[in-house]
Amino acid sequence: MSINVKAVLKKYTMVFALIAVLIFFHAITGGKMLLPQNVNNLISQNAYVFVLAAGMLLCILTGGNIDLACGSVICFIGGIGAIMMDKDISAVFAVLVMIIGGLLVGAWQGFWIAYVKVPPFIATLAGMYAFRGLSNVVLQGYTVGIRNTGFLNVFGGGADCYIPDFFGNGALNITCLLTGVVLAAIYIVLALKNRISAKSKGYEVEPVYSMLIKMVIISAVVIWFFYKLANYKGIPTSLIWIGLVLLAYAYITSNTTMGRYLYAVGGNEKATTLSGIDSRKVYFFAYVNMGLMSGLGGILTIARATQAQPTFGQGYEMDAIAACFIGGASAYGGEGSVFGIVIGALLMGVINMGMSIMGVDANYQKVVKGIVVLVAIIFDVLSNKKKK
Amino acid sequence: MGKVILEMKNITKTFPGVKALDNVNLKVEEGEIHALVGENGAGKSTLMNVLSGIYPYGTYEGDIVYNGEVCKFQKIKDSEEKGIVIIHQELALVPQMSIGENMFLGNERGKKNAINWNETYGEADKYLKMVGLSESSRVLIKDIGTGKQQLVEIAKALAKNAKLLILDEPTSSLNETDSRALLDLMLEFKKQGMTMIIITHKLNEVVYVADKITVVRDGSTVETMDCHESKIDEDRIIRGMVGREITNRFPKRENVNIGDINMEVDHWTVHHPLYTERKVVDDVSLNVKKGEVVGIYGLMGAGRTELAMSIFGKSYGSGITGTLKINGKEVDLKTPREAIEAKIAYVTEDRKGNGLVLSNPIRVNTSLANMKGVSNKGVIDVDKEYAVAAEYKEKLNTKAPTVEQNVGNLSGGNQQKVLLAKWMFTDPEILILDEPTRGIDVGAKYEIYCIINDLVRSGKSVIMISSELPEVLGMSDRIYIMNEGRFVGELNAYEATQESIMANIIQSGRGE
Repeated sequence: MSINVKAVLKKYTMVFALIAVLIFFHAITGGKMLLPQNVNNLISQNAYVFVLAAGMLLCILTGGNIDLACGSVICFIGGIGAIMMDKDISAVFAVLVMIIGGLLVGAWQGFWIAYVKVPPFIATLAGMYAFRGLSNVVLQGYTVGIRNTGFLNVFGGGADCYIPDFFGNGALNITCLLTGVVLAAIYIVLALKNRISAKSKGYEVEPVYSMLIKMVIISAVVIWFFYKLANYKGIPTSLIWIGLVLLAYAYITSNTTMGRYLYAVGGNEKATTLSGIDSRKVYFFAYVNMGLMSGLGGILTIARATQAQPTFGQGYEMDAIAACFIGGASAYGGEGSVFGIVIGALLMGVINMGMSIMGVDANYQKVVKGIVVLVAIIFDVLSNKKKK
Repeated sequence: MGKVILEMKNITKTFPGVKALDNVNLKVEEGEIHALVGENGAGKSTLMNVLSGIYPYGTYEGDIVYNGEVCKFQKIKDSEEKGIVIIHQELALVPQMSIGENMFLGNERGKKNAINWNETYGEADKYLKMVGLSESSRVLIKDIGTGKQQLVEIAKALAKNAKLLILDEPTSSLNETDSRALLDLMLEFKKQGMTMIIITHKLNEVVYVADKITVVRDGSTVETMDCHESKIDEDRIIRGMVGREITNRFPKRENVNIGDINMEVDHWTVHHPLYTERKVVDDVSLNVKKGEVVGIYGLMGAGRTELAMSIFGKSYGSGITGTLKINGKEVDLKTPREAIEAKIAYVTEDRKGNGLVLSNPIRVNTSLANMKGVSNKGVIDVDKEYAVAAEYKEKLNTKAPTVEQNVGNLSGGNQQKVLLAKWMFTDPEILILDEPTRGIDVGAKYEIYCIINDLVRSGKSVIMISSELPEVLGMSDRIYIMNEGRFVGELNAYEATQESIMANIIQSGRGE
């Protein structure tokens, strides 16, 4: 048995880059990087990136199209929600309005892009200005605080936004650790089941050793991750939203016909249209969906900050786009995966946090971020060149 | 015997895992037209890429001797300096620029930082005259037809002082008239002493222009035939290419019952999508019966593809009028989806541009037009999809390791099979095949013809659009002849000959 090291390295380059960066910061910060609290913050601080990147991925798949407006939309939607809750309207209703608001914004942009053929860059650039302005109008330039603790707890803000520990009050959050173990177990069972069914139908399956290695690594990472969280306050509620979104999108992109159409339109729009698929509907779906994710992003953002400000969400769109491209999405469409954007978002998050712990000046942090995006794309371009 | 201008000795070129060229020898004499023929993937283009320096010296074994000296080209510029100029199959012109600008792109006239436009256009006009173009060199490329664009490519090569001109499939996108003009131009150049190598799939062209023919098979040169020593005909060349005798290029169709009319198109008129007053298809009526192969012959630009696409859910054109009946019932198909549901399939002539998603595997491409067949409420059943793709791969004998292979990595013939599989999976009753064998080799063509026969045997109707006369004659039960947007003749297969078809076209031209 021999493992093709080169192929593995190539396939999981960004995973290895993530590990390397983690080790680097772990060493240079004297172990502070992987303290339980920091692992926890890595998730809750970057919740919006995961959510927006999931929406952005679908847009990018249709042909490298992006949504520049989502940062402004987050602020606009968040502002509406904050004002509503400030007026003591029920949080459930406010959340509903924010979600529907996100969908409407998405439908507005999607309509112009899909049915009037306004280039996405321009349609969303217009949205970026307009919704930024509207956020200011909604908030009238003020910061609006959120007092509704129920809302904060559910969406990952304030001090108590964690899944409570049902077993005892020790230093270690047993519920959290158990969740990790259960998730790892579910993963192993599903992977085995999948393999058995594939084999029984005579499909190609990966060799046993590579499956075992994969299983051990993934289970170990999952359990380690939840162990870290258990050492802090447990599972942050934002993690649940991230998890739900990512699972849903992994499913949509790989197992549904709509997911398939996204890739097909990005790969060859003419061929897709002639195959009887209405490409306009595909674009519309991608942008409505982006609106939905902007709505959810808005909810998570104001919850995390426990307030809404007219400046919220600036540059969020770029973080989402960067996560997608670092995660291997093609700038021409048709290629990319949810797994990729998770790695992309984590890589950016780790670099940000590591530099913050080191006390690197915020301006230099931006320089480093820029270089990381560039290097990732250069790598992508070069490796594609070699393929030809 | 003339002087040998080029000799390629024992050329071997390996790519990771594949030996693309194995000990190839090629000798070209000054002032001759040397044809290079072989099936797709035989190594013709690789050989020419070695010659022109696209694969630099050192990446291959063997020697290139040109004008008596061993050449070590590092890049294309090196070979061009010696006068070896290659014209690639795909036109490499910038549509938005003028002919003159294109001709001297990368080779600008004038000083380093100041282009001399008078000199540019003046010289360009001179070269245009040499290739018989009367256009001004200030005309934009996008405003002239493909035939003229090909001539501009040749003029561009001349501007580089070409002594040895290599033409890779120069006529693949030209119609019969333009092709003939191009070949005549080659013969004219020959008289002036130019040496040329032509790569082509069209054997009638080879017979028409070539002095010598070298056959490449599986990466080796098999033989060189001298057309002046003995008469070489197409069958002789095919025998060399496939290594065996193909007694019949078209498989026999037996046990086919031609039934009732399946689809009927009446007084069909289509206008250009942009210039809406221009008629692209003019008052065309046709019908196709169950179990019948109907050929539509016409030159490129006759409106054949436009006719087919307008029938297929109005995917081309504007202001479409006329009636379309399927099984005697009038239908109005507004989108490709409605056409697919009405059991029509349109297999495009442009498999890379309009047919396949090259970055996706065979499995995904096979199911794309009929996702309902492999999904349930919007969720894909990947097992079923895999099984379907594997079944068609087997049935059509598509050569690929697995159905997970990206179609971009397949040869033209295999891509065409994947495209056919995709449309067969929509379970159509009427298949419109637009140039189903364009750019694929003799063996794959034969297999495609067999698939067409199987289709009609099972009671389907096939409309085959083609600009290759032998193919139309060999495969059709009935032939419509199309010229300038109109049907100018309808012939039964037994009464049709190459001459009668061409006569129809010529007469229709005179009638105006």
